[in-house]
Amino acid sequence: MSLFDHKLTEIQSMIERKEVSIPDLVDESFKRIAAVDGDVKAFLALDEEHARKQAEEAQAAGKTGILSGIPIGVKDNIVTKGLRTTAASQILHNFDPIYDATVVNKLREAGTITVGKLNMDEFAMGSSTENSSFQKTRNPWNLAHVPGGSSGGSAAAVAAGEVPFSLGSDTGGSIRQPASFCGVVGMKPTYGRVSRFGLIAFASSLDQIGPITRNVEDNAHLLEAIVGVDPYDSTSANVPAENFAAGLTGDIKGLRIAVPKEYLGEGVSEEVRQSVLAALKVLEGLGATWEEVSLPHSKYGVATYYLLASSEASSNLARFDGIRYGYRAEGAENLIDLYKKTRAEGFGDEVKRRIMLGTFALSSGYYDAYYKKAQQVRTLIKKDFEDVLENYDVIIGPTTPTPAFKIGEIIDDPLTMYANDILTIPVNLAGVPGISVPCGFAENGLPLGLQIIGRHFDEKNVYRVAHAYEQATDFHKEKPKL
Amino acid sequence: MQFETVIGLEVHVELKTNSKIFSSAPAHFGAEPNTNTTVIDLGYPGVLPVMNNKAVEFAMKAAMAINCEIAEESIWDRKNYFYPDNPKAYQISQNDKPIGEHGWVEIEVNGETKRIGITRLHLEEDAGKLTHAGKHSLCDYNRQGTPLVEIVSEPDIRTPEEAYAFLEKLKAIIQYTEVSDCKMEEGSLRCDANISIRPFGQDEFGTRTELKNLNSFNFVRKGLEYEEKRQAEVISSGGKVEQETRRFDESTGKTILMRVKEGSDDYRYFPEPDLLPVYIDDEWKERVRASIPELPDARKKRYMEELGLPAHDAKILTMSKEIADFFEATVAAGAAAKLASNWMMGEVPAYLNAENKELAQTKLTPENLAGMIKLLEEGTISSKIAKTVFKEIIENGGDAEAIVKEKGLVQISDESALLKFVNDALDANPQSIADFKEGKKKAIGFLVGQIMKASKGQANPQAINKLLAEEIQKR
Repeated sequence: MSLFDHKLTEIQSMIERKEVSIPDLVDESFKRIAAVDGDVKAFLALDEEHARKQAEEAQAAGKTGILSGIPIGVKDNIVTKGLRTTAASQILHNFDPIYDATVVNKLREAGTITVGKLNMDEFAMGSSTENSSFQKTRNPWNLAHVPGGSSGGSAAAVAAGEVPFSLGSDTGGSIRQPASFCGVVGMKPTYGRVSRFGLIAFASSLDQIGPITRNVEDNAHLLEAIVGVDPYDSTSANVPAENFAAGLTGDIKGLRIAVPKEYLGEGVSEEVRQSVLAALKVLEGLGATWEEVSLPHSKYGVATYYLLASSEASSNLARFDGIRYGYRAEGAENLIDLYKKTRAEGFGDEVKRRIMLGTFALSSGYYDAYYKKAQQVRTLIKKDFEDVLENYDVIIGPTTPTPAFKIGEIIDDPLTMYANDILTIPVNLAGVPGISVPCGFAENGLPLGLQIIGRHFDEKNVYRVAHAYEQATDFHKEKPKL
Repeated sequence: MQFETVIGLEVHVELKTNSKIFSSAPAHFGAEPNTNTTVIDLGYPGVLPVMNNKAVEFAMKAAMAINCEIAEESIWDRKNYFYPDNPKAYQISQNDKPIGEHGWVEIEVNGETKRIGITRLHLEEDAGKLTHAGKHSLCDYNRQGTPLVEIVSEPDIRTPEEAYAFLEKLKAIIQYTEVSDCKMEEGSLRCDANISIRPFGQDEFGTRTELKNLNSFNFVRKGLEYEEKRQAEVISSGGKVEQETRRFDESTGKTILMRVKEGSDDYRYFPEPDLLPVYIDDEWKERVRASIPELPDARKKRYMEELGLPAHDAKILTMSKEIADFFEATVAAGAAAKLASNWMMGEVPAYLNAENKELAQTKLTPENLAGMIKLLEEGTISSKIAKTVFKEIIENGGDAEAIVKEKGLVQISDESALLKFVNDALDANPQSIADFKEGKKKAIGFLVGQIMKASKGQANPQAINKLLAEEIQKR
């Protein structure tokens, strides 16, 4: 049994009882990485020397909080001062940030120890982590399968026991989908809950950082440490931090659940459907009721998302021009040539595809038909969620339409790949919080995830439901055999 | 064919906030390259802009001073384009909902007042600065993120002279609000001009050209004068004016083609998702409005009505707040208004121009200037001596009266003392006496000059004139 099979509160009591030390925890992490990461390929960079030194210092300083001394992995689009941060892109292959993201500062205050940076789809664009410029991360449950994406490294590292938890980012499902594929717990908080300062932007109006953990309780603790208004992020909300874990009572009697018919319909595989229906039975058993509802505009979610996210991305990624940092092409003849060569050589295919799509959608003559129309649809999608959540406490459905697919299986078919996020994207467009918790296994042995969606800033309730369900089931106790 | 010229101006004014518009870096001019920068100004991965409220207030102040309506909700947009001085490859600007719209500025040309409409005033971030050195180009991002307002006029301007007057007036108004220094030489005020011509009586505008590299108000006027002539020649010779951008060449006074515009540039504007809209409520508006000082036109009126200054004096003095404030303080310190005005329009600027100095760099104060003017008024010193005293106080400071006493510069009005100077001069210049008697009145001037010289400028000129007239008759 791994140390990381224990939940945080247990690890902390073990430290208190001196059964385990902080250097032991960090050592466990690096040993496990050494043992399995050659197969899983979750990490892009390790910070071993520094992490071990921090562990010694933390041990000497004595325990302070629930997170102190706990090793963590950070998605590679979150900047870490002095620790290489590439967003899994060739264009940042040599980039060592000179500042820390707000979440990294907050983690330091909470006492966590960053062991390394986690692989992802380049600039968080993708659903399989196959779009990384550097390596393909593999699903710890079956190495022939993808871990999901874009936070594939973050989910795989936790599932493989390399770190007890990690940070991911979610723009259209990039925390929840890989959490679902890897059988772990992934939370996308309300837009504005967590500062984006230091998160390398993909789509600014959708991006959110969130925790990936082995269980719901740990997830709640980690989120509590990173939330809060940030003077460096004008879109961060002035909503006070909450003790999310305090709401994990296991009691969900009287809970009103909405199940959108669109989330169990076309495109959703039968085994996924059945796992969700079974989960609803479990919740009913705990005193909840559920009804079918409709989110009529969610069918436009993917189209809306690819217009808005790509538009913002085309602008956000324009700064990667080879002038001030990162990759610069050799042999350019003039300025325009330098831009063209640098960006042609530095960006991967999927990133280029989205930059072109976004540039087109914002172009004069097309703006109204695409970008503006998509913004209008986004408003309708958001209203769908708000209407439903006026009468229900949470919305429940699957996280993904299918379990993890094979590496290489759909990478050449962007539209099928995009459709994988059909159930997660509307949540980002609406800005509401959503979590994925393990809810069973497909016939091929790969994990399935249940998605629980709440009202704006009602993470506490989402956690309460997720935790009650988790405690009533054993899926989260299963571990991949590596 | 007779053509009517149509001109519209785009003026960029840097706001002198302490820090930049979206970062905490200092916004002042003249630091070592790339020292006034943060990761935000350098467009590092992961950074976000945070709006400087002061910049919005300054923009509101400027907009109100030029009679704009202030938006209740103003939004930020991204203007996307690649260039090395633009680190994010987008400029945060305002497209759809600027801070101010529908304003006007009143100008006076050839004694007639005219109202020039202001289409809009919007706020944006300035770009960095490139220096080209041989095979290399160097980027300095100190200026990146300096708050900038762009003021766009309606095409209401009809002559280069009006354009000049508009810029002078706009500069004066903005300077009065103290949100910018408006120094063209430091780039804190920059101007582009759009110009077209059309036959008199025609409603629709002709094809316009855009003039750049206009580095002084004079160059704006000259560039426009050249361009209206050039366009008229093109049309008169059967040609067509192309929509293009032209650069003013300072050495030749001509405009030179930079690039032809094919349609409009596509900046792919969209709302900046990293910033919230700016909501401006009445309370905020009124607070800013209350902070706007008396503006040039109001002051000009007051100088004419309360101080009895001629319109010309009042206009010149109020063109700069610094000068106007100094003038008022001088009057408050006891100087006669018209005399103070004469000095502020004459000797003071003459000295500043000759020495290439700013008023604040001299030792002149309203108090010592007023002191000197009072001595002049009382007849204690002559205007010739006043010039000596002025030079002393503007260079070394000090009290005029003390200087006059110390250096023995008091004017000699005592008749017996003057009589000696007069008779000495007459004795020494018999020819002048003869000339005078033959009707050459100029001879008197020569004699006065001789007397002033002999008395080291201390003789009272009026008294001399009187005595000379009397004494010359006796010869």
